[in-house]
Amino acid sequence: MAAEEKDKSLLGWIDERFPLSSFVSEHLVKYYAPKNFNFLYFFGSLALVVLVIQILTGIFLTMNYKPDAKLAFDSVEYIMRDVSWGWLIRYMHSTGASAFFIVVYMHMFRALFYGSYKKPRELLWLFGMVIFVLLMAEAFMGYLLPWGQMSFWGAQVIISLFSAIPVVGEDLALLIRGDYVIADATLNRFFALHVIAVPLALAGLVVLHLAALHTVGSNNPDGIEIKKNKDENGIPKDGIPFHPYYTVKDLFVLCVFLIIFALIMFYWPDFGGYFLEAPNFEPADPMRTPEHIAPVWYFTPFYSILRAVPDKLGGVIAMGGSIVVLFILPWLDRGEVKSIRYRSGIFKFALVLFVISFIALGILGTRPATPTATIFARLFSAIYFLFFLSLPFYSTKEKTKPLPERLTHSVIPLEERVGWHWDLVRRILAWVTSIEAYRRLTGVVGGYLKKADGYVEELIKKYSK
Amino acid sequence: MKTIIALVFFALSFGAQAVEGSLALQKADVDVFDLESVRRGAGYFVDYCMGCHSIKHLRYSRVGKDLEIKDEVLRKDIMPEGAKVHESFLTSMDPEDAVKWFGVAPPDLSLVARARGADWLYSYLKGFYIDESPTRPTGVNNLYFKDVAMPNVFWDLQGLQRPVIKTHEGNQVIERLEKVSKGKLSEEEFDQTMSDLVTFLVYAAEPAQYSRLSLGKYVIFVLLILAVILFKLKKEYWKDIK
Repeated sequence: MAAEEKDKSLLGWIDERFPLSSFVSEHLVKYYAPKNFNFLYFFGSLALVVLVIQILTGIFLTMNYKPDAKLAFDSVEYIMRDVSWGWLIRYMHSTGASAFFIVVYMHMFRALFYGSYKKPRELLWLFGMVIFVLLMAEAFMGYLLPWGQMSFWGAQVIISLFSAIPVVGEDLALLIRGDYVIADATLNRFFALHVIAVPLALAGLVVLHLAALHTVGSNNPDGIEIKKNKDENGIPKDGIPFHPYYTVKDLFVLCVFLIIFALIMFYWPDFGGYFLEAPNFEPADPMRTPEHIAPVWYFTPFYSILRAVPDKLGGVIAMGGSIVVLFILPWLDRGEVKSIRYRSGIFKFALVLFVISFIALGILGTRPATPTATIFARLFSAIYFLFFLSLPFYSTKEKTKPLPERLTHSVIPLEERVGWHWDLVRRILAWVTSIEAYRRLTGVVGGYLKKADGYVEELIKKYSK
Repeated sequence: MKTIIALVFFALSFGAQAVEGSLALQKADVDVFDLESVRRGAGYFVDYCMGCHSIKHLRYSRVGKDLEIKDEVLRKDIMPEGAKVHESFLTSMDPEDAVKWFGVAPPDLSLVARARGADWLYSYLKGFYIDESPTRPTGVNNLYFKDVAMPNVFWDLQGLQRPVIKTHEGNQVIERLEKVSKGKLSEEEFDQTMSDLVTFLVYAAEPAQYSRLSLGKYVIFVLLILAVILFKLKKEYWKDIK
């Protein structure tokens, strides 16, 4: 009887033929995520959204772009001027490329911060790393397509790196270029790879990444497994269904992200020459080298490591090594405790140094390599590698704090934080809040916010009827 | 191949020293929303620049639409004789002749404002000075683009300038430029003319900027409202989660 009733609904009809309900249930409604996700946990879903933005805008760009060395540059300008809304689509794609890396770097930093690469999430991390490498390939090949000066010379520099590999190097570089120099053949194969091969592989890997995530479950800011504490129905006590809780939360965050995205896209699309580089507004000219060749900002940390080594082959090995150490990170870090909250001071210190070095390498990579800059690049490269290579030695001997039984805060409240630097922050905050001007300001702002809030409430009430 | 790679690395390592011009750039007063200024700039471009330079990626019709110029005014004031409205700002000079006459083909100016910057353009246009050395067939040189092939097309408007040379740490450097003859325009008038021209080129580099800049605020406004609603929705759902 019940089965017959079920048949009558569309969903029932589908479910008999395709596991729609069980899929939604398994991956959204009954996928239990830890309840204390914080700011750093938004970037995974944001990365997925940016991937969708890139694919959709990419489809429309492909409709008007011409992968031909004689036409490519003009066709991009044609998109920017004559195609209806072409400028918007192209700026979305170019801003999206940089946004993708910002989001992915934050996502990876989160993993470092809370130990999300550790057992049982090693495969999850590995799939993520393959996605990262593919993303770099995708970005690199996409950057050649506008066929500007920087596209051409950037590709020239990077592809020539392959020729440094002993024995097969020259042939490998030839194979990548399809010619002895960057030429029409290179543009055509990069177009094919950028538009079909890599996105397809990326999509597949995202599925694997999510499948692995939903098998092991999400990590959290406390770095303890919520699956260890289940109630009588087998539901983690500290877990909440991904849908609706995290879907509504992620929707809000997505909206905030889109506001920032729109601000950049509409008002600062070249982002001071970092998202769209100035020399790339000149058509590629194989006879004239630009004054200063720098890769786009998201490659610069690795580019700095490359330049830090005086020998070309050595530089290529160092750059490759800087990616390889990320792959083997789950086995380098042998400590049991995941989250930075309960790890030792040594690790915290090392992580701070690592983040500073990574950013500094990024900044140095955008600048010409002066002797002083090279010394700094070497120092920061050394710290980059030391962070990873010292982990196996101290991670088992770390003095960690006891782990809690259940999840705690998503963000530790200021009052509960210990350490002289937090004392300092508390003291500064106490001083700021004691100033009369501050109190008056918060009074005024608070009043306006309250008014606005009441107005919104009223509107919602009015329209929810 | 090897030489190209060597060149690339050479450029990489000496990039910092290759910067042209020793003087700081002059600030261009650019406001693309001052349509009157952009229109004047378009006129100057056709009169003074289009003899040699093209703007391959800009059609007359687009300029008419963006700058709100009536068709007959566009035809009379801006378009050269015989040009069609859907055509681009193309020079009639043959690039091969250009190479014969100047040594290089004059660059297309579609995107030069984005590649070089408005301040550079403005400074460059005002930076010509008399250089009578036998290697300079045009008789002028430029502060911001040494040994440029372009002659000073504005000499009659601006008047001629000569460099004031100072010895700095044993090297002779140009401190500033000084007028030697009066031009048809006063200094302020000439600066305004160059500003107009640069403003037009800034517009020409990205005609979509009018729609981009005016559309943005609406998109962000809608997103802001949506964000407030979604925030309320999140609060509503999450109120039981402790």
